[in-house]
Amino acid sequence: MHVRTGRFRLYAAVAQSAFRRYATYRIATAAGVFTNTVFGLILAYTYIALWDERPGLGGYDQAQAVTYVWLGQALLTVMALMGGGFEAELIERIRTGDIAVDLYRPADLQAWWLATDAGRGLFQLLGRGVAPMAVGALVFDLALPTEPLRWLAFAVAVALGVLVSFAIRFLVALSAFWLMDGAGVTQVAMLAGTFFSGMLLPLNVFPGVLGEIARALPWSALLQLPADVFLGTVGGADLLGTYAFQLGWAVALFAAGRLLQAVATRRVVVQGG
Amino acid sequence: MAETAGPENLIVLDGVEKVFDVRKKTGFLRRERRQVRAVDGISFTVPRGEMVGYIGPNGAGKSTTIKMLTGILTPSGGRLRVAGIDPSRERTRLARRIGVVFGQRTTLWWDLPLIDSYRLMHRMYRIPDARFRENLDRCVELLELGALLDVPVRQLSLGQRMRGDIAAALLHDPEVLYLDEPTIGLDVVSKAKVRGFLRDLNAESGTTVLLTTHDLTDIEQLCRRVMVIDHGRLMYDGALAGLHEVGESERTLVVDLERELPPIDAGSARVVRVEGPRQWLAFPAAESAAPLVARIAAEYPLADLSVREPDIEAVIAKMYAEKTNS
Repeated sequence: MHVRTGRFRLYAAVAQSAFRRYATYRIATAAGVFTNTVFGLILAYTYIALWDERPGLGGYDQAQAVTYVWLGQALLTVMALMGGGFEAELIERIRTGDIAVDLYRPADLQAWWLATDAGRGLFQLLGRGVAPMAVGALVFDLALPTEPLRWLAFAVAVALGVLVSFAIRFLVALSAFWLMDGAGVTQVAMLAGTFFSGMLLPLNVFPGVLGEIARALPWSALLQLPADVFLGTVGGADLLGTYAFQLGWAVALFAAGRLLQAVATRRVVVQGG
Repeated sequence: MAETAGPENLIVLDGVEKVFDVRKKTGFLRRERRQVRAVDGISFTVPRGEMVGYIGPNGAGKSTTIKMLTGILTPSGGRLRVAGIDPSRERTRLARRIGVVFGQRTTLWWDLPLIDSYRLMHRMYRIPDARFRENLDRCVELLELGALLDVPVRQLSLGQRMRGDIAAALLHDPEVLYLDEPTIGLDVVSKAKVRGFLRDLNAESGTTVLLTTHDLTDIEQLCRRVMVIDHGRLMYDGALAGLHEVGESERTLVVDLERELPPIDAGSARVVRVEGPRQWLAFPAAESAAPLVARIAAEYPLADLSVREPDIEAVIAKMYAEKTNS
């Protein structure tokens, strides 16, 4: 028990540090909010045009579609859909050999970076998520949940999404042990994240096999599913199914991450003198 | 687990090897596999409380040894124990008992004030609160960190950062401290501060220290014993003075005379170079410079002089050449 609380306090302190670290860059945050808002406006008008032509596309009405846009902007950095998470830093540490410092510490590499990313995610939810959403709500009629329980259900879906998002990026970052240059994998992961999370268009819109595949991949846990919980298109028993899907991917990807971590730290040379 | 190094020997290496497989592209799709023996059968022990210098040229295997001693690299062969623990098998358990400072890397968090890194260390090593405060206060005082605690690490100078890193490695009272190039890139004042602190630490807390360095002055001022490694093998293990004898190394006295004169005649020292009024005299490193200086000052119009320590690479190269010849 003592060991467990000690561990919790460490990772809580790590998450808190990460939060504070991002909080120190206020101008960058303000610039990010501005960018998110502008992109949100452009996408929102595009979606309005699209839903005018095809009402009810993907099972959303126009208000839901516009709300989906602003949710995407709010969660873009939280889920690090287009990069910007811990992975760039971890890749750099592997490349330069600074990873040696992380490895001789009495802490678990995966848990350490998860705590870092959770702290970052929480900051970006508050710092970069809330403001664009508020602008969206002022300019458009959004389909916001009225029951408090749905806000809670959404928060759980976001937390699970963060776990999945972290687990994917942890695998991407560890590939640097073999590739030494993370640029290629990071690019591919960014493209996949943007498309398969539903950032460009809701995954509901895609018909046929492509749609089925896109909805079954882990990235749908990052944006599509939390959005569906928020919009109320899943609820009741479906909600548990959604959580199970997210949790399933999280567990599978964490296990893969652990395995890769074990192989990487045992077999691969730590760079540099 | 059952193995103990005993109270005497905190670090035990017995025939330790580390072999890396290096794959080299020799043509289209064709690769040649080559084995590099970075550490090639090293044995030594370090008793508790000793401060040992571990030196050698670049690529000699120093860092590889240190990485094995921390557990982040697994030896390919031989036996290795630190405080009775097999490092690579119980890396996390060992981590609580050792401190590591890599001069070229930092354990501190770049964007955060220095104190935040220490708070994380507090949690990471689960240091009891009172102990943490006591150790932090001592380090802050002796390493002069007081004014730096609220400064983000990225704004610290190299010397300040190094002192910050040394403090970070000591907050959990490690029994063994590995220092990999702790004075690299530091100015004279910072070097002196770091050395003074390490000397006191070893004397007062009895912390066992393994120090790798390129700077022979570090060794001279801190270590009675020095180990020399080259090509992954231990070439020498003994007192520093003995190393100079084995390597027949020489120090250089640079003499500035008031005017150009023929080469100075001064006993065992020989003039190796003359450039105008400046002359370079080589003399055995094990000998004191004082009588030589006194003699020159008495017999010649002396304007200025300085003593240059032997280059460690030169000492080792000479030693290596002798070993392979005999």
